[in-house]
Amino acid sequence: MRGEALSPLDGIPIAIKDNLVQVGEATTCASRILEGFVSPYDATVVERLQAAGAVIVGRTNLDEFAMGSSTENSAFGASRNPWDVARTPGGSSGGSAAAVAAGIVPLAFGSDTGGSIRQPAACTGIVGMKPTYGRVSRWGLVAFASSLDQIGPFTRTAADCAVALRAIAGHDPRDSTSIPEAVPDYAAALTGDVSGVVLGMPREYFETKGADPAVLDCVHSAVSNLEKAGAKVREVSLPHTKYGIAAYYLIAPAEASSNLARYDGVRYGHRAASPRDLADLYHRTRSEGFGPEVKRRILLGTYVLSAGYYDAHYRKAQQVRTLLRRDFEEAFRGCDAIVTPTAPEVAFRIGEKADDPLSMYLSDVYTVTANLAGIPGISVPCGFVRGLPVGLQILGPLLGEATVLRVADAWQRRSDFHLQRPPEIA
Amino acid sequence: MSRITREEVARIASLARLSLDDDESQRTTTQIGAILDYVAQLAEVDTTGIEPTAHAVPLRTPLRADRAQPAMPPELAVANAPQREGTAFVVPLVLDGEES
Repeated sequence: MRGEALSPLDGIPIAIKDNLVQVGEATTCASRILEGFVSPYDATVVERLQAAGAVIVGRTNLDEFAMGSSTENSAFGASRNPWDVARTPGGSSGGSAAAVAAGIVPLAFGSDTGGSIRQPAACTGIVGMKPTYGRVSRWGLVAFASSLDQIGPFTRTAADCAVALRAIAGHDPRDSTSIPEAVPDYAAALTGDVSGVVLGMPREYFETKGADPAVLDCVHSAVSNLEKAGAKVREVSLPHTKYGIAAYYLIAPAEASSNLARYDGVRYGHRAASPRDLADLYHRTRSEGFGPEVKRRILLGTYVLSAGYYDAHYRKAQQVRTLLRRDFEEAFRGCDAIVTPTAPEVAFRIGEKADDPLSMYLSDVYTVTANLAGIPGISVPCGFVRGLPVGLQILGPLLGEATVLRVADAWQRRSDFHLQRPPEIA
Repeated sequence: MSRITREEVARIASLARLSLDDDESQRTTTQIGAILDYVAQLAEVDTTGIEPTAHAVPLRTPLRADRAQPAMPPELAVANAPQREGTAFVVPLVLDGEES
């Protein structure tokens, strides 16, 4: 009350994904099963943002329980991309991405389990960051896949992202996977200087089948620009990359099938009318409440955890996860950050992949590996293909957020893609 | 040959407490079959002697002092229940023959 700002976020209007709980507000996860639920407590990120003076002005749409890459799987209908309303904004945090891209708020938050912050950031021409697993408390984030979920910001610039991340990061005794290390002043790392920084280009990411060559060209051109600015570029290898999606789509549904067992019509949310008995209550509540993609993942997860399939599927996927982690550990011995495309193509049309779950899953081919390995990653705008934004992904080693942000900021000081606005909004 | 049958889908649906109609069951069998075909490529990776990763960031399980801490009041904890009596959740009868 002394007329001084509480923090750099004081008075800033923000939006949060509708899977982060806030006292007295409905949290739907875009699912009918959470019908009527009003949160009795605040997520840690909500507490920290409010203490910093940020003003939550809205809750944003998502794929139901954050399962999807298009924000079409929502009980409330699809979100649209401000650059072309016939296209999806990516997902699952598509509502938060679209809100920042359309200029509705300068800062929004989402969650990233397999790319759900970075891929929509790429599709809508903004910055989106997934921090190191454990850097931001998951307390009050409705669980999807607990070993992969992480909360992060959407902004226009890496500089804003640095400020927003510092506000939400740090140890929280209510999340046993929260990392106790102190949070550095990320903004202080943004020197604009990348001379001597070694950028690794993983050859497997540029040889992916189905990637749009025009998207790869934008990424190459951004990397050349950083090289001219003094960065050293070297090829690295992440040999298990091609198995990332397969491992992810065994591990994430397995964890989801367990986490979503809690929706039983007893403690909160939807409850089927006039149940015959307890089993009938469970079956009908869940069948009425969950949408098709959520049911598909619960079934897949139940299958891979069931007797007889556990070793061949779940345990195998966890072993491959170890190999993916080691790939990154090895690669980061020879470079400071890894640069890749964020998504293999620009935003796709609404409905285009709706009947083909596997092709939707492949939208996350470049992003799931960071979740499996726990490492931080950011997507920054690096060009346009046919008028639609393209994202450059920068990955760092565990707790390497400062380096990732420094490279992203250096790139934005040398480019203007993030300053462009969707034609109908400009 | 499909990697999963409709009977297996029905069995896992029952384990997951989900009911599928005919149409859903047919579609789900095809879609999960396609996903299982795709993930089958993991079989070509040699994982002999490789430890599984459950969490990517190794942390020792943190312990706190064993002291009582304030918890959510019971009234608030049941406030979202679709059916409640006082501070109790109401569920259908679980055991037979208890109806008075």
